[in-house]
Amino acid sequence: MDAILLQLLNGLDKGGAYALIALGLTLVFGTLGVVNFAHGALFMLGAFCAVALRKLLTLEKVVLDTENLTAWGTPTEIRTPYVETWFGEFGAVLVNYSVPLSILVAIPVMLVIGVAMERGLIKHFYRRPHAEQILVTFGLAIVLQEVIKHFFGANPIPQPMPENFAGAADVGAMLGMDPNVIVYPWWRLIYFAFSVAVIAAVFAFLQFTTFGMVVRAGMADRETVGLIGIDIDKRFTAMFGLAAVVAGVAGVMYTPLLPPDYHLGMDFLVLTFVVVVVGGMGSLPGAVAAGFLLGILQSFASMTEVKDIIPGIDQIIIYLVAVIILLVRPRGLLGRKGVMES
Amino acid sequence: MNFQGIFSMSRKDVTTLVIFSIVVLAMPIWLQPFGAAYPDLMQRFAIFGILAIGFNILFGLTGYLSFGHAAFLGVGSYTAVWTFKLFSMNPIPALFFAVILSGLFALVIGYVSLRRSGIYFSILTLAFAQMSYNLAYSVLTPITMGETGLQLEASDPRIIDSMFVGEEAGLPVSNIFGLEMTGIPGFYFCAIFLLIGFFITQRIFASPFGMMLRGIKSNQTRMNYTGFNTRPYTLTAFVISGMYAGLAGGLMAVTDPLAGAERMQWTASGEIVLMTILGGVGTLLGPIIGAWLIKYFENIFSSFNENVLHNLFGFLPDGLEGFVVEITSMFVGEGWHLTLGLVFVLVVTFLPGGMMEGYRRITTLFTGGGGDGDKAKSEDTQTQPAE
Repeated sequence: MDAILLQLLNGLDKGGAYALIALGLTLVFGTLGVVNFAHGALFMLGAFCAVALRKLLTLEKVVLDTENLTAWGTPTEIRTPYVETWFGEFGAVLVNYSVPLSILVAIPVMLVIGVAMERGLIKHFYRRPHAEQILVTFGLAIVLQEVIKHFFGANPIPQPMPENFAGAADVGAMLGMDPNVIVYPWWRLIYFAFSVAVIAAVFAFLQFTTFGMVVRAGMADRETVGLIGIDIDKRFTAMFGLAAVVAGVAGVMYTPLLPPDYHLGMDFLVLTFVVVVVGGMGSLPGAVAAGFLLGILQSFASMTEVKDIIPGIDQIIIYLVAVIILLVRPRGLLGRKGVMES
Repeated sequence: MNFQGIFSMSRKDVTTLVIFSIVVLAMPIWLQPFGAAYPDLMQRFAIFGILAIGFNILFGLTGYLSFGHAAFLGVGSYTAVWTFKLFSMNPIPALFFAVILSGLFALVIGYVSLRRSGIYFSILTLAFAQMSYNLAYSVLTPITMGETGLQLEASDPRIIDSMFVGEEAGLPVSNIFGLEMTGIPGFYFCAIFLLIGFFITQRIFASPFGMMLRGIKSNQTRMNYTGFNTRPYTLTAFVISGMYAGLAGGLMAVTDPLAGAERMQWTASGEIVLMTILGGVGTLLGPIIGAWLIKYFENIFSSFNENVLHNLFGFLPDGLEGFVVEITSMFVGEGWHLTLGLVFVLVVTFLPGGMMEGYRRITTLFTGGGGDGDKAKSEDTQTQPAE
């Protein structure tokens, strides 16, 4: 029981990341009808927003202390970040909370990148075949990741989480079980809560605002909405921006769990595409459900007991599930009729 | 199809084949001025040419975009290296097994994947390739040697070789009865396979089978309504194309007996797609030209570094020189993939037919846009990938 609960928890944070990226991917596909292979790169760009902000915050002033010499006889260097010399205690707090703070940076940055990408390139591919959309966004993803590689190097850059959350939570004790049976890192729990909150916010936005209503109407029947006199293209561009923001903040919050490097996006992209297909192309609840489902399945498959029965299952479980689902339920779990079918 | 039928080619095809053969076989001569006439690079030209024309049989003719072709390449490489290890350093059996096994592999994957079309097909092939890649890295380590890659060892049995030749010092090199498959002989060995592959592709393009595949690309539903069961045709195309990839993988192992799992990664599949698109999908020569261009510029661009650039822009004023070098260094050396990505985005956006369409547009421009060019163009725009 404990083991099962622990694996369930293990799957939640990864599932959260899958769900967030898949949500954006589906949103883009549902509105613009574009298969975006560059969506993983947006996740990666978000992660590098966090890296960049932390770099800025930790720019250090180096003071040479001639009184104390190091073992080599050179003066010791006292390094203090500029923000600490300027703001004192508050500066230290800023550095400590750099990852959550990056969300504030990532939102406008990703919005601009998303809209620029849509207006600059993707706009021209609405009516082109899906194969060409895949190809052009694949090329774009290569460009984005190479630019990041140029500025940040090829090595993963670890990001520390805020110290208060660095420990682990005793989840078992919270649920009234024996203490120290199910211990789980705080940040992973936070990531799960965060992803649920973001997903809820996106759904609420689509469900309860006029803007969201128009977008949903446009997804159902683009032409009619256009005939009513609404500039649906503009709203769809905004939705692309929203999808970029969702992928970006997902990337920001994921940095403490996995040090980002330039091909982080590609690694996640393949998995999220599988997630989207399993959930059903064009179905938002499907994408979210499949994200969590596959995340949890993956963590169950990596249990030693399971691996003993079927060796290597943890490596292929997601793809295997995708193949089975595509063959027995061609539209995915919650796919609508007539999406991506000729 | 009788013997005569196979070899009765149209005059145009014969000319193309002859010119192509001359171009390929004379590579060591005409590549000299470009600084690309060394055997290692020319071997890659031939191998990736085979890979690209094989991929084109599937994507160019049927419109099915496979994102998992690197898996067959990997299977071919592993099979070839294992044949070397177990039986003989002669490349012929190694290639034979590589082609057969990757064909079988393609048959299984194709049988399952081709049940769906459009993006679902792409995802399915991607999933299978990633599965093979992940397995090669983890559970299959006894067969693939995981991260270190599969290599020849002095202690390998090599049953057939050991019957004829005694113990040798050092690692053996792949050879046909003593002719070692490195350097120029290695290139010609690959080149012969490229020519054979090209000839077969030419025959497929001109055959009723090829027509059928093109029909599937332009309108599969209509093909079905006319009473054709399209799946055996697409499956055949898939298997043939997988066998080409296996052959290319086998040749890689012949010229350099080492096989690693990274050959199967999906970015490697992406590279094959890049080559084909860059050159021109669905054309005979396009994919080969694409493969050559990418391999050539990869080689040239990656060798550039800051020093070379400083020499190149040395005539500029100091401040400007630094700036220009800074900017261009983004695109060369380590950043070569950035150039590739940009070129690729531009080609897909403005020239979806790749280099071959560019060539056609230019010739139409010079011949005054006669009826011939227009016809070719309208033919081109009407074909759409299967969905």
